[in-house]
Amino acid sequence: MAITPRSLLERAPARAPLPATGKPARAAGAPVVELREVSKIYDGGTVGLERASMRIGRGEFVFLVGATGCGKSTCIRLLMKELEPSAGSILIAGKDLDHVDRKQVPLLRRNIGTVFQDYKLLPNRTVYDNVAYSLQVIGEPRQEIRRKVPDILRLVGLSTKLHNFPDQLSGGEQQRVSIARAFVNHPPLLLADEPTGNLDPETSIGIMQLIYRINRTGTTVVVATHDSAMVDKMRRRVIELREGRIVRDELSGLYRPDESTTEFAVRLRGEMGVGAEGHPN
Amino acid sequence: MHVGFFFKEAFRGLSRNSAPALAALLTVLLTALVLGVFIPIVQATTGTANEVRGRVAVDVYVTAGSTAAERTQLREAIERTANVGSVDFISKAEGLRQAKEKNPRAFAEGTELLGGNPLPDTFRIIPEDPGRVSAIVDRLAPKDPNGERVPSLAGIDEVRNKESDTDKILSATGLVKILTAGLAALLIFASVALVANTIRLSIFSRRREVEVMKLVGATNWFIRWPFVIEGIFVGFMGGVLAVLLLTIAKETFIDPLEERFALLAAPETIDFPLLVIVLLLACVAVSALGSALTLRRFLRV
Repeated sequence: MAITPRSLLERAPARAPLPATGKPARAAGAPVVELREVSKIYDGGTVGLERASMRIGRGEFVFLVGATGCGKSTCIRLLMKELEPSAGSILIAGKDLDHVDRKQVPLLRRNIGTVFQDYKLLPNRTVYDNVAYSLQVIGEPRQEIRRKVPDILRLVGLSTKLHNFPDQLSGGEQQRVSIARAFVNHPPLLLADEPTGNLDPETSIGIMQLIYRINRTGTTVVVATHDSAMVDKMRRRVIELREGRIVRDELSGLYRPDESTTEFAVRLRGEMGVGAEGHPN
Repeated sequence: MHVGFFFKEAFRGLSRNSAPALAALLTVLLTALVLGVFIPIVQATTGTANEVRGRVAVDVYVTAGSTAAERTQLREAIERTANVGSVDFISKAEGLRQAKEKNPRAFAEGTELLGGNPLPDTFRIIPEDPGRVSAIVDRLAPKDPNGERVPSLAGIDEVRNKESDTDKILSATGLVKILTAGLAALLIFASVALVANTIRLSIFSRRREVEVMKLVGATNWFIRWPFVIEGIFVGFMGGVLAVLLLTIAKETFIDPLEERFALLAAPETIDFPLLVIVLLLACVAVSALGSALTLRRFLRV
Protein backbone atom coordinates (compact mmCIF):
# COMPACT_ATOMS: atom_id res chain seq x y z
CA MET A 1 0.00 0.00 0.00
CA ALA A 2 1.46 3.30 -1.02
CA ILE A 3 1.39 6.08 1.48
CA THR A 4 -0.45 9.11 0.25
CA PRO A 5 -0.81 12.37 2.09
CA ARG A 6 -3.76 12.30 4.42
CA SER A 7 -4.58 8.66 3.79
CA LEU A 8 -1.90 7.36 6.12
CA LEU A 9 -3.58 8.38 9.29
CA GLU A 10 -7.01 9.56 10.10
CA ARG A 11 -7.30 12.02 12.83
CA ALA A 12 -9.24 11.18 15.93
CA PRO A 13 -12.17 13.36 16.92
CA ALA A 14 -11.15 16.32 19.00
CA ARG A 15 -10.83 15.67 22.71
CA ALA A 16 -10.40 11.95 22.72
CA PRO A 17 -11.72 10.71 26.04
CA LEU A 18 -8.91 9.69 28.31
CA PRO A 19 -9.44 6.86 30.76
CA ALA A 20 -8.83 7.97 34.31
CA THR A 21 -6.86 4.93 35.38
CA GLY A 22 -3.15 5.08 36.07
CA LYS A 23 -2.37 2.58 33.31
CA PRO A 24 -1.56 3.63 29.71
CA ALA A 25 -4.60 3.89 27.52
CA ARG A 26 -5.26 1.30 24.88
CA ALA A 27 -6.78 3.33 22.10
CA ALA A 28 -9.24 1.69 19.79
CA GLY A 29 -7.89 0.58 16.40
CA ALA A 30 -4.24 0.70 15.38
CA PRO A 31 -2.17 2.99 17.54
CA VAL A 32 -0.62 5.94 15.74
CA VAL A 33 2.80 5.04 17.05
CA GLU A 34 3.90 1.63 18.18
CA LEU A 35 7.38 0.53 19.18
CA ARG A 36 8.01 -3.18 19.56
CA GLU A 37 11.18 -4.07 21.44
CA VAL A 38 13.09 -1.39 19.57
CA SER A 39 16.84 -1.11 20.14
CA LYS A 40 19.23 1.35 18.57
CA ILE A 41 22.95 0.84 19.03
CA TYR A 42 25.07 3.52 17.34
CA ASP A 43 28.36 2.73 15.63
CA GLY A 44 30.88 2.56 18.39
CA GLY A 45 28.51 0.82 20.78
CA THR A 46 26.65 3.77 22.29
CA VAL A 47 23.18 2.65 23.29
CA GLY A 48 20.48 4.99 22.02
CA LEU A 49 17.47 2.89 22.83
CA GLU A 50 17.19 -0.57 24.37
CA ARG A 51 14.20 -2.88 23.95
CA ALA A 52 11.74 -0.04 24.13
CA SER A 53 8.06 -0.78 23.59
CA MET A 54 5.23 1.72 23.61
CA ARG A 55 1.85 2.39 22.05
CA ILE A 56 0.51 5.84 21.48
CA GLY A 57 -3.12 6.12 20.46
CA ARG A 58 -4.87 8.69 18.30
CA GLY A 59 -5.17 12.14 19.71
CA GLU A 60 -2.85 11.48 22.62
CA PHE A 61 -0.42 14.04 24.03
CA VAL A 62 2.72 12.32 25.24
CA PHE A 63 5.83 13.66 26.95
CA LEU A 64 9.06 11.74 26.51
CA VAL A 65 11.20 12.74 29.46
CA GLY A 66 14.60 11.87 30.83
CA ALA A 67 18.09 13.20 31.22
CA THR A 68 20.30 14.18 28.29
CA GLY A 69 21.40 11.08 26.43
CA CYS A 70 18.55 8.89 27.67
CA GLY A 71 17.27 8.23 24.15
CA LYS A 72 14.55 10.85 23.66
CA SER A 73 16.02 12.28 20.48
CA THR A 74 16.91 8.82 19.22
CA CYS A 75 13.27 7.89 19.63
CA ILE A 76 12.07 10.94 17.67
CA ARG A 77 14.60 10.38 14.90
CA LEU A 78 13.64 6.74 14.64
CA LEU A 79 9.97 7.71 14.26
CA MET A 80 10.71 9.95 11.28
CA LYS A 81 12.99 7.33 9.79
CA GLU A 82 16.05 9.51 10.01
CA LEU A 83 17.65 6.52 11.74
CA GLU A 84 17.07 2.82 11.33
CA PRO A 85 16.53 0.69 14.44
CA SER A 86 19.15 -1.98 15.18
CA ALA A 87 16.42 -4.37 16.33
CA GLY A 88 12.68 -4.45 16.79
CA SER A 89 10.04 -2.77 14.69
CA ILE A 90 8.39 0.63 14.60
CA LEU A 91 4.85 1.01 13.32
CA ILE A 92 3.30 4.29 12.34
CA ALA A 93 -0.46 3.96 11.88
CA GLY A 94 0.01 0.20 11.69
CA LYS A 95 2.62 0.41 8.93
CA ASP A 96 6.02 -1.06 9.66
CA LEU A 97 8.72 1.52 8.91
CA ASP A 98 10.94 -1.34 7.83
CA HIS A 99 8.70 -1.77 4.78
CA VAL A 100 8.87 1.92 3.89
CA ASP A 101 11.61 2.13 1.29
CA ARG A 102 13.88 5.09 0.67
CA LYS A 103 11.66 6.57 -1.99
CA GLN A 104 8.64 6.60 0.30
CA VAL A 105 10.40 8.36 3.16
CA PRO A 106 9.44 11.84 1.89
CA LEU A 107 5.80 10.73 1.74
CA LEU A 108 6.03 9.46 5.31
CA ARG A 109 7.52 12.74 6.49
CA ARG A 110 4.73 14.77 4.91
CA ASN A 111 2.44 13.04 7.38
CA ILE A 112 4.61 13.85 10.36
CA GLY A 113 5.08 17.42 11.49
CA THR A 114 8.41 18.03 13.21
CA VAL A 115 9.56 20.78 15.55
CA PHE A 116 13.15 21.03 16.76
CA GLN A 117 15.08 22.81 19.46
CA ASP A 118 17.11 24.67 16.82
CA TYR A 119 14.01 25.43 14.68
CA LYS A 120 15.65 24.24 11.42
CA LEU A 121 14.25 27.05 9.30
CA LEU A 122 15.60 27.84 5.84
CA PRO A 123 17.81 30.86 6.57
CA ASN A 124 17.48 32.57 3.19
CA ARG A 125 13.71 32.48 2.96
CA THR A 126 11.13 34.71 4.57
CA VAL A 127 8.72 33.43 7.20
CA TYR A 128 6.06 33.14 4.52
CA ASP A 129 8.32 31.20 2.14
CA ASN A 130 9.49 28.87 4.90
CA VAL A 131 5.93 27.83 5.64
CA ALA A 132 4.98 27.79 1.97
CA TYR A 133 7.86 25.44 1.14
CA SER A 134 6.29 22.51 2.98
CA LEU A 135 3.15 23.02 0.90
CA GLN A 136 5.08 23.41 -2.36
CA VAL A 137 6.78 20.12 -1.57
CA ILE A 138 3.46 18.26 -1.63
CA GLY A 139 2.45 19.99 -4.85
CA GLU A 140 -0.24 22.21 -3.37
CA PRO A 141 -1.69 24.67 -5.93
CA ARG A 142 -0.53 28.25 -5.56
CA GLN A 143 -3.96 29.54 -4.66
CA GLU A 144 -4.22 27.13 -1.75
CA ILE A 145 -0.77 28.17 -0.54
CA ARG A 146 -1.77 31.83 -0.67
CA ARG A 147 -4.82 31.04 1.42
CA LYS A 148 -3.34 28.64 3.94
CA VAL A 149 -0.01 30.25 4.82
CA PRO A 150 -1.38 33.58 6.13
CA ASP A 151 -4.06 31.61 7.98
CA ILE A 152 -1.63 29.41 9.86
CA LEU A 153 0.72 32.33 10.54
CA ARG A 154 -2.19 34.24 12.06
CA LEU A 155 -2.91 31.19 14.21
CA VAL A 156 0.63 31.19 15.62
CA GLY A 157 0.54 34.97 16.06
CA LEU A 158 3.00 36.02 13.38
CA SER A 159 0.73 37.75 10.88
CA THR A 160 2.82 40.91 11.07
CA LYS A 161 6.16 39.21 10.35
CA LEU A 162 5.29 37.48 7.08
CA HIS A 163 8.21 38.95 5.16
CA ASN A 164 10.89 38.88 7.82
CA PHE A 165 13.81 36.51 7.56
CA PRO A 166 14.40 34.00 10.38
CA ASP A 167 17.44 35.84 11.73
CA GLN A 168 15.27 38.93 12.26
CA LEU A 169 13.01 37.03 14.68
CA SER A 170 13.35 36.13 18.34
CA GLY A 171 13.80 32.49 19.37
CA GLY A 172 10.17 32.16 20.37
CA GLU A 173 9.01 33.62 17.07
CA GLN A 174 11.27 31.30 15.10
CA GLN A 175 9.84 28.35 16.97
CA ARG A 176 6.35 29.59 16.11
CA VAL A 177 7.33 29.63 12.44
CA SER A 178 8.59 26.07 12.67
CA ILE A 179 5.36 24.99 14.37
CA ALA A 180 3.37 26.71 11.64
CA ARG A 181 5.44 24.88 9.04
CA ALA A 182 4.96 21.57 10.82
CA PHE A 183 1.22 22.00 11.07
CA VAL A 184 0.30 23.81 7.86
CA ASN A 185 -0.75 20.66 6.03
CA HIS A 186 -2.41 19.23 9.13
CA PRO A 187 -0.36 16.10 9.68
CA PRO A 188 -1.93 13.46 11.92
CA LEU A 189 1.25 13.19 13.99
CA LEU A 190 3.41 15.96 15.41
CA LEU A 191 6.86 15.22 16.84
CA ALA A 192 8.64 17.86 18.86
CA ASP A 193 12.22 17.43 20.02
CA GLU A 194 12.92 19.84 22.90
CA PRO A 195 10.68 22.53 21.40
CA THR A 196 11.27 24.81 24.39
CA GLY A 197 14.89 23.89 24.98
CA ASN A 198 16.24 27.26 23.89
CA LEU A 199 13.46 29.44 25.26
CA ASP A 200 12.69 31.21 28.52
CA PRO A 201 9.84 29.86 30.70
CA GLU A 202 7.37 32.54 29.66
CA THR A 203 7.92 31.98 25.94
CA SER A 204 7.90 28.23 26.52
CA ILE A 205 4.37 28.41 27.84
CA GLY A 206 3.26 30.18 24.68
CA ILE A 207 4.89 27.49 22.51
CA MET A 208 3.41 24.68 24.58
CA GLN A 209 0.00 26.34 24.32
CA LEU A 210 0.31 26.23 20.57
CA ILE A 211 1.26 22.58 20.60
CA TYR A 212 -1.59 21.84 22.96
CA ARG A 213 -4.03 23.60 20.66
CA ILE A 214 -2.78 21.52 17.79
CA ASN A 215 -3.34 18.41 19.92
CA ARG A 216 -6.90 19.55 20.62
CA THR A 217 -7.66 19.43 16.89
CA GLY A 218 -7.08 15.67 17.09
CA THR A 219 -3.41 15.52 16.13
CA THR A 220 -1.32 13.03 18.05
CA VAL A 221 1.58 14.85 19.69
CA VAL A 222 4.83 13.46 21.03
CA VAL A 223 7.05 15.97 22.83
CA ALA A 224 10.54 15.07 23.98
CA THR A 225 11.54 17.47 26.71
CA HIS A 226 13.41 17.95 29.94
CA ASP A 227 11.31 20.95 30.91
CA SER A 228 10.09 19.52 34.22
CA ALA A 229 7.99 22.53 35.20
CA MET A 230 6.00 22.25 31.99
CA VAL A 231 5.46 18.51 32.34
CA ASP A 232 4.35 18.85 35.94
CA LYS A 233 1.86 21.58 35.11
CA MET A 234 0.33 19.94 32.08
CA ARG A 235 -0.28 16.53 33.64
CA ARG A 236 -0.36 14.54 30.42
CA ARG A 237 0.91 11.07 29.68
CA VAL A 238 4.61 10.78 30.58
CA ILE A 239 7.03 8.17 29.27
CA GLU A 240 10.34 8.30 31.10
CA LEU A 241 13.51 6.96 29.54
CA ARG A 242 16.72 6.19 31.35
CA GLU A 243 19.80 5.00 29.50
CA GLY A 244 17.69 3.95 26.55
CA ARG A 245 15.11 2.02 28.56
CA ILE A 246 11.52 2.95 29.28
CA VAL A 247 11.33 3.06 33.06
CA ARG A 248 7.93 4.70 33.54
CA ASP A 249 4.79 5.19 31.48
CA GLU A 250 1.85 6.80 33.18
CA LEU A 251 -1.14 8.92 32.29
CA SER A 252 -1.21 12.44 33.68
CA GLY A 253 2.19 11.99 35.26
CA LEU A 254 4.83 14.27 36.70
CA TYR A 255 8.33 14.81 35.36
CA ARG A 256 9.51 12.78 38.37
CA PRO A 257 7.28 10.55 40.41
CA ASP A 258 6.46 12.10 43.78
CA GLU A 259 9.61 12.47 45.70
CA SER A 260 10.03 13.80 49.22
CA THR A 261 12.64 16.35 50.09
CA THR A 262 14.59 13.65 51.91
CA GLU A 263 14.58 11.35 48.92
CA PHE A 264 15.74 14.20 46.72
CA ALA A 265 18.52 14.98 49.17
CA VAL A 266 19.66 11.36 49.05
CA ARG A 267 19.68 11.46 45.27
CA LEU A 268 21.57 14.72 45.23
CA ARG A 269 24.28 13.37 47.48
CA GLY A 270 24.51 9.91 46.00
CA GLU A 271 23.98 10.27 42.28
CA MET A 272 25.53 13.55 41.41
CA GLY A 273 28.41 13.24 39.00
CA VAL A 274 27.97 9.52 38.45
CA GLY A 275 24.72 9.58 36.52
CA ALA A 276 24.21 8.74 32.88
CA GLU A 277 25.33 12.16 31.76
CA GLY A 278 27.59 12.61 28.85
CA HIS A 279 26.01 10.26 26.33
CA PRO A 280 25.70 11.80 22.95
CA ASN A 281 22.18 12.19 21.75
CA MET B 1 3.52 22.43 -13.21
CA HIS B 2 6.60 22.46 -11.02
CA VAL B 3 8.77 23.88 -13.79
CA GLY B 4 8.07 27.52 -12.96
CA PHE B 5 8.70 26.85 -9.29
CA PHE B 6 11.99 25.09 -10.02
CA PHE B 7 13.22 27.98 -12.16
CA LYS B 8 12.23 30.47 -9.50
CA GLU B 9 14.07 28.42 -6.89
CA ALA B 10 17.15 28.14 -9.10
CA PHE B 11 17.38 31.88 -9.61
CA ARG B 12 16.71 32.52 -5.95
CA GLY B 13 19.63 30.19 -5.19
CA LEU B 14 21.85 31.98 -7.70
CA SER B 15 21.12 35.44 -6.33
CA ARG B 16 21.42 34.39 -2.68
CA ASN B 17 24.64 32.45 -3.23
CA SER B 18 26.17 34.64 -5.91
CA ALA B 19 29.76 34.30 -4.68
CA PRO B 20 30.10 30.50 -5.06
CA ALA B 21 28.07 30.67 -8.27
CA LEU B 22 30.46 33.29 -9.64
CA ALA B 23 33.44 31.14 -8.65
CA ALA B 24 31.94 28.16 -10.47
CA LEU B 25 31.19 30.35 -13.49
CA LEU B 26 34.77 31.65 -13.59
CA THR B 27 36.16 28.13 -13.34
CA VAL B 28 33.97 26.96 -16.19
CA LEU B 29 34.96 30.04 -18.20
CA LEU B 30 38.69 29.50 -17.71
CA THR B 31 38.45 25.80 -18.42
CA ALA B 32 36.51 26.42 -21.60
CA LEU B 33 39.00 29.08 -22.66
CA VAL B 34 41.95 26.75 -22.13
CA LEU B 35 40.21 23.94 -23.98
CA GLY B 36 39.15 26.30 -26.74
CA VAL B 37 42.71 27.38 -27.30
CA PHE B 38 44.22 23.96 -26.79
CA ILE B 39 42.02 21.87 -29.07
CA PRO B 40 43.03 23.77 -32.26
CA ILE B 41 46.67 23.89 -31.13
CA VAL B 42 46.82 20.13 -30.64
CA GLN B 43 45.19 19.63 -33.99
CA ALA B 44 47.56 22.07 -35.67
CA THR B 45 50.65 20.45 -34.23
CA THR B 46 49.64 16.91 -35.07
CA GLY B 47 48.49 18.17 -38.47
CA THR B 48 51.86 19.76 -39.13
CA ALA B 49 53.66 16.69 -37.89
CA ASN B 50 51.67 14.52 -40.26
CA GLU B 51 52.40 16.87 -43.12
CA VAL B 52 56.11 16.71 -42.40
CA ARG B 53 55.91 12.95 -42.30
CA GLY B 54 54.21 13.08 -45.70
CA ARG B 55 57.19 14.97 -47.11
CA VAL B 56 59.63 12.15 -46.38
CA ALA B 57 60.79 11.10 -49.85
CA VAL B 58 63.48 9.12 -51.67
CA ASP B 59 65.10 10.70 -54.71
CA VAL B 60 66.41 8.40 -57.39
CA TYR B 61 68.77 10.20 -59.78
CA VAL B 62 68.77 8.78 -63.26
CA THR B 63 72.06 8.34 -65.12
CA ALA B 64 72.67 11.21 -67.50
CA GLY B 65 71.74 10.64 -71.12
CA SER B 66 69.19 7.90 -70.50
CA THR B 67 66.51 7.30 -73.14
CA ALA B 68 62.80 7.55 -72.58
CA ALA B 69 62.47 3.75 -72.86
CA GLU B 70 65.07 3.21 -70.17
CA ARG B 71 63.30 5.63 -67.89
CA THR B 72 59.96 3.89 -68.35
CA GLN B 73 61.59 0.57 -67.54
CA LEU B 74 63.20 2.05 -64.45
CA ARG B 75 59.95 3.57 -63.31
CA GLU B 76 58.15 0.24 -63.54
CA ALA B 77 60.95 -1.44 -61.59
CA ILE B 78 60.75 1.17 -58.85
CA GLU B 79 56.97 0.90 -58.66
CA ARG B 80 57.31 -2.84 -58.09
CA THR B 81 59.52 -2.27 -55.03
CA ALA B 82 57.90 -2.89 -51.64
CA ASN B 83 56.61 0.10 -49.60
CA VAL B 84 56.64 2.46 -52.57
CA GLY B 85 53.54 4.66 -52.42
CA SER B 86 53.81 6.91 -55.42
CA VAL B 87 56.48 7.77 -57.93
CA ASP B 88 56.85 11.20 -59.53
CA PHE B 89 59.09 11.92 -62.47
CA ILE B 90 60.86 15.25 -62.29
CA SER B 91 62.70 15.99 -65.48
CA LYS B 92 65.86 18.09 -65.69
CA ALA B 93 63.88 21.12 -66.88
CA GLU B 94 61.16 20.69 -64.27
CA GLY B 95 63.78 20.36 -61.53
CA LEU B 96 65.42 23.59 -62.62
CA ARG B 97 62.10 25.37 -62.66
CA GLN B 98 61.35 24.22 -59.07
CA ALA B 99 64.79 25.24 -57.90
CA LYS B 100 64.32 28.68 -59.49
CA GLU B 101 60.99 29.05 -57.77
CA LYS B 102 62.45 28.20 -54.38
CA ASN B 103 65.39 30.50 -54.70
CA PRO B 104 64.87 32.99 -57.53
CA ARG B 105 67.91 35.13 -56.81
CA ALA B 106 70.44 32.31 -57.07
CA PHE B 107 69.14 31.48 -60.53
CA ALA B 108 68.51 35.08 -61.59
CA GLU B 109 71.50 35.14 -63.90
CA GLY B 110 70.18 32.12 -65.77
CA THR B 111 72.15 28.95 -66.18
CA GLU B 112 74.92 30.38 -68.33
CA LEU B 113 77.30 30.42 -65.42
CA LEU B 114 76.70 26.76 -64.76
CA GLY B 115 77.17 25.94 -68.41
CA GLY B 116 73.80 24.23 -68.71
CA ASN B 117 71.30 22.55 -66.47
CA PRO B 118 73.27 20.57 -63.87
CA LEU B 119 70.25 18.76 -62.43
CA PRO B 120 69.67 15.09 -63.25
CA ASP B 121 66.33 13.54 -64.16
CA THR B 122 64.82 12.39 -60.89
CA PHE B 123 62.23 9.91 -59.67
CA ARG B 124 60.75 11.12 -56.39
CA ILE B 125 59.34 8.21 -54.34
CA ILE B 126 56.80 8.85 -51.57
CA PRO B 127 56.84 5.77 -49.29
CA GLU B 128 53.62 4.21 -48.09
CA ASP B 129 54.94 4.02 -44.53
CA PRO B 130 57.36 6.88 -43.81
CA GLY B 131 58.72 4.88 -40.86
CA ARG B 132 60.25 2.24 -43.13
CA VAL B 133 61.73 4.53 -45.74
CA SER B 134 65.24 3.15 -45.35
CA ALA B 135 64.05 -0.25 -46.59
CA ILE B 136 63.40 1.30 -50.01
CA VAL B 137 66.86 2.76 -50.12
CA ASP B 138 68.39 -0.57 -49.12
CA ARG B 139 66.46 -2.33 -51.87
CA LEU B 140 67.30 0.17 -54.64
CA ALA B 141 70.91 0.64 -53.58
CA PRO B 142 72.17 -2.04 -51.22
CA LYS B 143 75.44 -1.45 -49.41
CA ASP B 144 78.47 -3.34 -50.70
CA PRO B 145 81.04 -4.81 -48.25
CA ASN B 146 82.93 -1.50 -48.17
CA GLY B 147 79.82 0.35 -47.03
CA GLU B 148 79.33 2.13 -50.34
CA ARG B 149 75.90 2.14 -51.84
CA VAL B 150 75.70 0.46 -55.22
CA PRO B 151 72.53 0.91 -57.34
CA SER B 152 70.78 -2.40 -57.99
CA LEU B 153 68.94 -1.33 -61.12
CA ALA B 154 70.35 -0.19 -64.42
CA GLY B 155 69.96 3.51 -65.10
CA ILE B 156 70.20 4.59 -61.46
CA ASP B 157 73.00 6.99 -60.81
CA GLU B 158 72.41 7.57 -57.15
CA VAL B 159 69.72 7.05 -54.44
CA ARG B 160 69.26 9.68 -51.81
CA ASN B 161 66.83 10.02 -48.94
CA LYS B 162 68.53 12.69 -46.84
CA GLU B 163 68.75 9.97 -44.23
CA SER B 164 69.67 12.05 -41.20
CA ASP B 165 66.98 14.66 -41.85
CA THR B 166 64.31 12.02 -42.26
CA ASP B 167 65.25 10.29 -39.05
CA LYS B 168 65.13 13.55 -37.14
CA ILE B 169 61.75 14.48 -38.53
CA LEU B 170 60.32 11.08 -37.77
CA SER B 171 61.45 11.01 -34.14
CA ALA B 172 60.42 14.63 -33.58
CA THR B 173 56.89 14.18 -34.90
CA GLY B 174 56.45 11.03 -32.79
CA LEU B 175 57.50 12.93 -29.70
CA VAL B 176 55.23 15.86 -30.53
CA LYS B 177 52.28 13.51 -30.89
CA ILE B 178 52.88 11.78 -27.55
CA LEU B 179 53.48 15.07 -25.76
CA THR B 180 50.39 16.79 -27.07
CA ALA B 181 48.20 13.78 -26.36
CA GLY B 182 49.53 13.59 -22.79
CA LEU B 183 49.10 17.32 -22.24
CA ALA B 184 45.56 17.25 -23.58
CA ALA B 185 44.63 14.37 -21.29
CA LEU B 186 46.13 16.11 -18.24
CA LEU B 187 44.44 19.38 -19.07
CA ILE B 188 41.02 17.85 -19.53
CA PHE B 189 41.35 15.89 -16.30
CA ALA B 190 42.43 19.01 -14.38
CA SER B 191 39.56 21.05 -15.82
CA VAL B 192 36.90 18.51 -14.93
CA ALA B 193 38.30 18.11 -11.41
CA LEU B 194 38.39 21.86 -10.95
CA VAL B 195 34.81 22.39 -12.11
CA ALA B 196 33.51 19.50 -10.01
CA ASN B 197 35.30 20.82 -6.95
CA THR B 198 33.97 24.35 -7.30
CA ILE B 199 30.44 23.08 -7.70
CA ARG B 200 30.91 20.82 -4.69
CA LEU B 201 31.99 23.80 -2.61
CA SER B 202 29.02 25.90 -3.63
CA ILE B 203 26.62 23.10 -2.77
CA PHE B 204 28.42 22.19 0.44
CA SER B 205 27.70 25.68 1.74
CA ARG B 206 24.02 24.89 1.37
CA ARG B 207 23.88 21.40 2.85
CA ARG B 208 21.84 22.58 5.84
CA GLU B 209 19.23 23.89 3.50
CA VAL B 210 19.03 20.51 1.79
CA GLU B 211 18.74 18.80 5.18
CA VAL B 212 15.74 20.95 6.13
CA MET B 213 14.09 20.32 2.79
CA LYS B 214 14.36 16.58 3.36
CA LEU B 215 12.85 17.07 6.80
CA VAL B 216 9.62 18.56 5.51
CA GLY B 217 9.22 15.71 3.06
CA ALA B 218 10.69 16.97 -0.20
CA THR B 219 11.56 14.19 -2.64
CA ASN B 220 15.13 14.00 -3.90
CA TRP B 221 14.28 15.28 -7.36
CA PHE B 222 12.23 18.12 -5.94
CA ILE B 223 15.39 19.28 -4.16
CA ARG B 224 17.71 18.41 -7.04
CA TRP B 225 16.03 20.18 -9.98
CA PRO B 226 16.75 23.76 -8.87
CA PHE B 227 20.38 22.82 -8.31
CA VAL B 228 20.63 21.19 -11.72
CA ILE B 229 19.04 24.22 -13.38
CA GLU B 230 21.54 26.42 -11.52
CA GLY B 231 24.34 24.19 -12.80
CA ILE B 232 23.08 24.38 -16.38
CA PHE B 233 22.78 28.14 -16.14
CA VAL B 234 26.27 28.60 -14.66
CA GLY B 235 27.80 26.23 -17.23
CA PHE B 236 26.01 27.93 -20.10
CA MET B 237 27.00 31.42 -19.01
CA GLY B 238 30.61 30.33 -18.51
CA GLY B 239 30.62 28.68 -21.92
CA VAL B 240 29.07 31.70 -23.67
CA LEU B 241 31.59 34.08 -22.11
CA ALA B 242 34.47 31.78 -23.07
CA VAL B 243 33.20 31.56 -26.66
CA LEU B 244 32.89 35.33 -26.80
CA LEU B 245 36.48 35.79 -25.64
CA LEU B 246 37.68 33.14 -28.08
CA THR B 247 35.86 34.85 -30.93
CA ILE B 248 37.41 38.19 -30.05
CA ALA B 249 40.87 36.61 -29.88
CA LYS B 250 40.34 34.84 -33.19
CA GLU B 251 39.15 37.99 -34.95
CA THR B 252 41.93 40.20 -33.62
CA PHE B 253 44.96 37.91 -33.62
CA ILE B 254 44.56 34.78 -35.70
CA ASP B 255 42.60 36.04 -38.68
CA PRO B 256 45.03 38.90 -39.65
CA LEU B 257 47.95 36.51 -39.24
CA GLU B 258 46.27 34.00 -41.48
CA GLU B 259 46.02 36.57 -44.24
CA ARG B 260 49.70 37.40 -44.04
CA PHE B 261 51.18 33.93 -43.58
CA ALA B 262 49.65 31.20 -45.65
CA LEU B 263 51.53 28.72 -43.48
CA LEU B 264 49.21 29.27 -40.49
CA ALA B 265 46.18 28.20 -42.44
CA ALA B 266 47.79 25.04 -43.71
CA PRO B 267 47.08 22.51 -40.94
CA GLU B 268 43.53 21.25 -40.74
CA THR B 269 41.84 22.46 -37.54
CA ILE B 270 38.35 22.11 -36.12
CA ASP B 271 35.71 24.43 -37.58
CA PHE B 272 35.02 27.35 -35.30
CA PRO B 273 31.21 26.81 -35.08
CA LEU B 274 31.79 23.14 -34.26
CA LEU B 275 34.29 24.14 -31.57
CA VAL B 276 31.73 26.53 -30.09
CA ILE B 277 29.06 23.84 -29.94
CA VAL B 278 31.44 21.31 -28.39
CA LEU B 279 32.58 23.79 -25.74
CA LEU B 280 29.05 24.88 -24.79
CA LEU B 281 27.80 21.32 -24.54
CA ALA B 282 30.78 20.28 -22.44
CA CYS B 283 30.34 23.24 -20.06
CA VAL B 284 26.63 22.64 -19.54
CA ALA B 285 27.00 18.88 -19.18
CA VAL B 286 29.89 19.06 -16.73
CA SER B 287 28.28 21.60 -14.43
CA ALA B 288 24.79 20.09 -14.50
CA LEU B 289 26.14 16.60 -13.84
CA GLY B 290 28.47 17.99 -11.20
CA SER B 291 25.54 19.59 -9.36
CA ALA B 292 23.36 16.49 -9.50
CA LEU B 293 26.11 14.10 -8.43
CA THR B 294 27.44 16.28 -5.62
CA LEU B 295 23.96 16.60 -4.13
CA ARG B 296 23.69 12.86 -3.80
CA ARG B 297 25.81 12.86 -0.68
CA PHE B 298 23.62 15.35 1.11
CA LEU B 299 20.38 13.72 0.05
CA ARG B 300 21.08 10.59 2.09
CA VAL B 301 19.26 11.65 5.24
